[in-house]
Amino acid sequence: MATSSEDVLLQVSNVRFKKGDGTLFLMDQRLIWMVENRDTVAVSHPYADIKSQKISPEGKAKVQLQVVLHNGVSSTFHFINKSGMQAQIADRDRVKEMLQSLLPKFKRKIDKELEEKNRLLSTNPTLLQLYKDLVMTEVVSSEEFWTQHAQQYTQKNKQPVQEIGVSGAFLADIKPQTDGCNGLKYNITPDIIECIFKTYPAVKKKYIENVPSKLTESQFWTKFFQSHYFHRDRKYAESKDLFTDCGKIDDQEMKKDIQGGVKDPLVNLTEFEDKSLDEGYGAGNEKPVGNMGTVSQAMIKRFNQHSIMVLKATNNKANGTSNDNQKLETQEEITVSDDHINKKQKILEKITYDDLQGSEKEQNNGVHLNLSKVERYLHGPMPDTATEHINTSEVAYIMRGVIQETKQWQSRLRNPNHALVTPSAAIVALGELSPGGALMRGFQEQSLAQLVPADVEKEVRNLYLALCELLAHFWKCFPPTSSQSDQKIVKMHEALQRFQSAKLKPFEDKLIRELSPLSQHLTKHLNQLLNAAYQKFSNWQKIKIR
Amino acid sequence: MRLSVDGLLVYFPYDYIYPEQYAYMCELKKALDAKGHGLLEMPSGTGKTTTLLSLIVAYMIEHPHDVRKLIYCSRTVPEIEKVMEELKKLLEYYEQQDGQYPNLVGLVLSSRKNMCIHPQVSTEREGKIVDGKCHSLTASYVRERHNIDDTTPICQYYEGFALDGKESNLPCGVYTLDDIKQYGRDRNWCPYFLARFAIIHANIVVYSYHYLLDPKIADVVSKELTRESVVVFDEAHNIDNVCIDSMSVKIHKRTIERATSNIGTLEKHVAEMREEDHRKLQEEYQRLVEGLRDASIARDTDLILSNPILPDEVLQEAVPGNIRNAEHFISFLKRFVEYLKTRLRVQHVVQESPVGFLKDIQQKVCIERKPLRFCAERLASLLRTLEITDMTDFSPIVLITHLATLVSTYTKGFTIIVEPFDDKTPTVSNPILHFSCLDSSIAIKPVFERFQSVVITSGTLSPLDMYPKILDFHPVVMSSFTMTLARPCLLPMIVSKGNDQVAISSKFETREDNAVIRNYGQLLVEVAANVPDGIVCFFTSYLYLESVVAAWYDQGVIDSLQRYKLLFIETQDSAETSFALMYYIKACESGRGAVLLSVARGKVSEGVDFDHHLGRAVLMFGIPYVYTQSRILKARLDYLRDQFQIRENDFLTFDAMRHAAQCVGRALRGKTDYGIMIFADKRFARSDKRSKLPKWIQEHLKDNLCNLSTEEAVQIAKRWLRQMAQPFTREDQLGISLLTLEQLQSLEDKKLQEQVPEKMEL
Repeated sequence: MATSSEDVLLQVSNVRFKKGDGTLFLMDQRLIWMVENRDTVAVSHPYADIKSQKISPEGKAKVQLQVVLHNGVSSTFHFINKSGMQAQIADRDRVKEMLQSLLPKFKRKIDKELEEKNRLLSTNPTLLQLYKDLVMTEVVSSEEFWTQHAQQYTQKNKQPVQEIGVSGAFLADIKPQTDGCNGLKYNITPDIIECIFKTYPAVKKKYIENVPSKLTESQFWTKFFQSHYFHRDRKYAESKDLFTDCGKIDDQEMKKDIQGGVKDPLVNLTEFEDKSLDEGYGAGNEKPVGNMGTVSQAMIKRFNQHSIMVLKATNNKANGTSNDNQKLETQEEITVSDDHINKKQKILEKITYDDLQGSEKEQNNGVHLNLSKVERYLHGPMPDTATEHINTSEVAYIMRGVIQETKQWQSRLRNPNHALVTPSAAIVALGELSPGGALMRGFQEQSLAQLVPADVEKEVRNLYLALCELLAHFWKCFPPTSSQSDQKIVKMHEALQRFQSAKLKPFEDKLIRELSPLSQHLTKHLNQLLNAAYQKFSNWQKIKIR
Repeated sequence: MRLSVDGLLVYFPYDYIYPEQYAYMCELKKALDAKGHGLLEMPSGTGKTTTLLSLIVAYMIEHPHDVRKLIYCSRTVPEIEKVMEELKKLLEYYEQQDGQYPNLVGLVLSSRKNMCIHPQVSTEREGKIVDGKCHSLTASYVRERHNIDDTTPICQYYEGFALDGKESNLPCGVYTLDDIKQYGRDRNWCPYFLARFAIIHANIVVYSYHYLLDPKIADVVSKELTRESVVVFDEAHNIDNVCIDSMSVKIHKRTIERATSNIGTLEKHVAEMREEDHRKLQEEYQRLVEGLRDASIARDTDLILSNPILPDEVLQEAVPGNIRNAEHFISFLKRFVEYLKTRLRVQHVVQESPVGFLKDIQQKVCIERKPLRFCAERLASLLRTLEITDMTDFSPIVLITHLATLVSTYTKGFTIIVEPFDDKTPTVSNPILHFSCLDSSIAIKPVFERFQSVVITSGTLSPLDMYPKILDFHPVVMSSFTMTLARPCLLPMIVSKGNDQVAISSKFETREDNAVIRNYGQLLVEVAANVPDGIVCFFTSYLYLESVVAAWYDQGVIDSLQRYKLLFIETQDSAETSFALMYYIKACESGRGAVLLSVARGKVSEGVDFDHHLGRAVLMFGIPYVYTQSRILKARLDYLRDQFQIRENDFLTFDAMRHAAQCVGRALRGKTDYGIMIFADKRFARSDKRSKLPKWIQEHLKDNLCNLSTEEAVQIAKRWLRQMAQPFTREDQLGISLLTLEQLQSLEDKKLQEQVPEKMEL
């Protein structure tokens, strides 16, 4: 017997397996079969291993159930309830249904995480590169990588995927093709089907009602394309096909919306007239009343309907996920007073001329910046590294120096006769500084791009990517607020050092070997970045020790 | 800024001013000084309203005895609300500059539908029903009945107002619709009657055209407004049609049927009253003997349906004897309705003058002209006496009495046309009697005569000389201002042919041609592919729009259009259109872009602005001529030719071009805005059409933009769009299309200096 703590979910006796009679148990983790009157488990399949189950077709002499495992092995159970076929089938169905509900749960569990990670890596080349650079070189550990560095990717995955909107022309994209014998062929893709469902919920309902039970999928779509509902130039009111009431539902929906009225007073045409003339007054020709029957009118109506529903389909998705109920409730309360303000806002919007308005007024309308420390805002963040332990006397000394320097400038400027540089000297200097001049000989920035081979460039790029990722996490820890973040700083600092020794150094060595003149230039900035971080770290440590 | 316009200190609520705004103020001031009328055209989006308000308010403050009141008429409710907000802003600016609020009251008046605060009545959506319900709660006899019997419902707000609202004056300030409603709620006063009462004292009144132009309403609402008023008609390019509509009447067969049943009801009521309380009928009879005047005194709530015209002699005379008695009057009405019924029973179209109609009616049913004239007033009196609370049911018979009064009062400028069937469906009998006004000056004449200055203004009034003719008045100032621009922010183009060189035109002969429709479609698809955000298209008529859309669907144009943008189409149902419009705006705002197909002369073309991204391009497919086969139009054209020497074609072109300009002008609402205007019809290139466009569009419509193919137009548009997409700052505008106070003053000084030597020479 296996672990005694297992729960038996289902027990079916009279099951034959490989010519032996026994009992089939469905436990909460696995499926087992025991030979009659014995304690040993003859067959045991954890659910996670089971790929699928199959049942023998109706009407066959033997009532069987087969489970197929991931490794291709399959086991067949034969139900031999003595009370007859009916009972056998009932037994089998009980097992089948139980399995049906159990299997999917386990299926997903199988190495879900690994798969997920794999998928993430394969879909995000940058992440893959990072992974290669950081994990494979053991700069950071794998767990660390997944919890911290790949966070944005894993989290993005949790967020709902952005809905794809509905194209206005999706129906037009279904181009009928003649198949040569008086027939038309329509091609639809899953995308189009999804569009149709999104835009016309009534069709979706019809689909759910009909498809597996009454019609096959292709039959359904054939009917759809034959329907008057699809062909907008026909009236569906008279026809009688599957989709007639779809049209009616749509119409009702629309009517309801229209009756709801239009909130925007600038658009609501029904409220435009202040004093409508009574019936019978006025010279103009009246519009024909009750003549809404012509085909083109119905068509126009449906074009409008289509566009509105397309828009709705996209809007619904946008709002639908977030807390809908709450919104509705609050909306109800607000609407009354809101209408008022909204209307006024709309009108004010129309009557203001931005270009006539003075500029200072506009600024006043903006949101006020609420500062807790004004000085900090005015001076901006102070460079931390520069202030590394300068004592007051030093400061005073530097200040004096600067002041003296500036005084000199002033006196020079005040004296108009005293030119800073003679014109001729300036021209010479300019000449030397332009390309081809004496001072420009060693200059190679321009040609850098051409000198660097593509693979090195790519490598540099990857280095940057990895380093920036590490640095981002390093700098994110400042200012440290808890012991946890202190630990993290240390960890990140170590990671940076590891990175330097594992990736940057070898690269630099390689550069010196291959393209000696460039070696310094290419990695100079990377080193600067690293040094800045080290500096910060040492500052922080010094402060911490004190 | 505070600036001096020809010696008048004007507070302008902005720091900068457009040069044309200043020029507009100068012209407007001339008109006010001369106490005459003015006709001013200034492009939309150059701040017409605020300019008008600043100058006139400044004038009122400076010369309180010359101009006592400003009556500002606009067309739609949103427009009216915009004016109120601008006014609010202006007066607040006064306060900010001077430290005290100017001693002025600005007030808006609208229909009951927009002003009612009664909990039940205000929930109704239709104006007529609100009016009716209000009437049934506030009529004088209802209130009297309430005094006896407490169960009769009345309106607490009206009672509150009647109790103590009339003694108090509104404190200074600007009252928008919402403000006045709140004010009413706070005091338990009815905002509608409060506003109606307060406009007599208010300094600035803003309301819709109808309150001045429709004699049925004007007499009730605007009778007591002082002569020293400045009347402004904003967005007045369509004012002649408003005038005509307010004086025309149409009688269907259905109207007659319902009127007959109305008469039956009246008869029953009269009989009942005769049984129960014949004293009331006797009283009414006595009143009518004495004259009409006192009958309606102090019964403002009863006057829901007033006489369409009230020539003074009618009121001074007593009602003729043969219709004084209620029963007699009812049988008189019966005869008249029967007569109309026989007139509708025709097989062919009949057209005759009011004189001929009167003669015929005298011969056939022995009805004379005089009692007909009193018909409307007599019915109003009867309805009052019978204490009928729900007036809405009686609108058919009221309509018929109005017809009677109108037809017997005006012998000139009207025509009567009886059509047995619609021209499009000659087999269906649908007789209509049109009593149609041909002369737009009739309705507006009292306005010109009564008020000191009337200013007619709009973004599109070209050609200016047409309006004085058709409205029959003599303006002292008449100007068209262009838009000074620092960059060419509008791109008018005339596309005359498609890529296949087939001329495109909505001319009757070619409009159904597949090649033309296809080329229109191609043009639209090309534009949709290249222009960002919103695109608005206007068709000449709804029928044409329908047939083109159907053809486009067959040709696959719609499909390719939907690939670029979402498609929305105006329908004849305005609720549905509003809804589509809302989504059009949503589509533009979400960045998808959309195309709106709409109709010139439709509601969208008249009232909705497509500023900035809502309308980056406007396409005008064809010239929006009015349906020329209509008999009413033909009669009007004949009348215009005979009376005002306006040639048929001139008027038709004028009418078409003003609507075209109105449509394309929808896209441009300011100097920071930009938009493409495509006139897709080769006939636009002809000088008679081109020259009738407003000056500000014509200026930019260079010869090289007048005969383009689709491809060329798209190329030009692409280049232009790139140019427009560059950042545009105030500095670019300053000095050219935007002036500071100093710049304005230095310009003025320069002008003065130039003028002085000229005078010396003289």
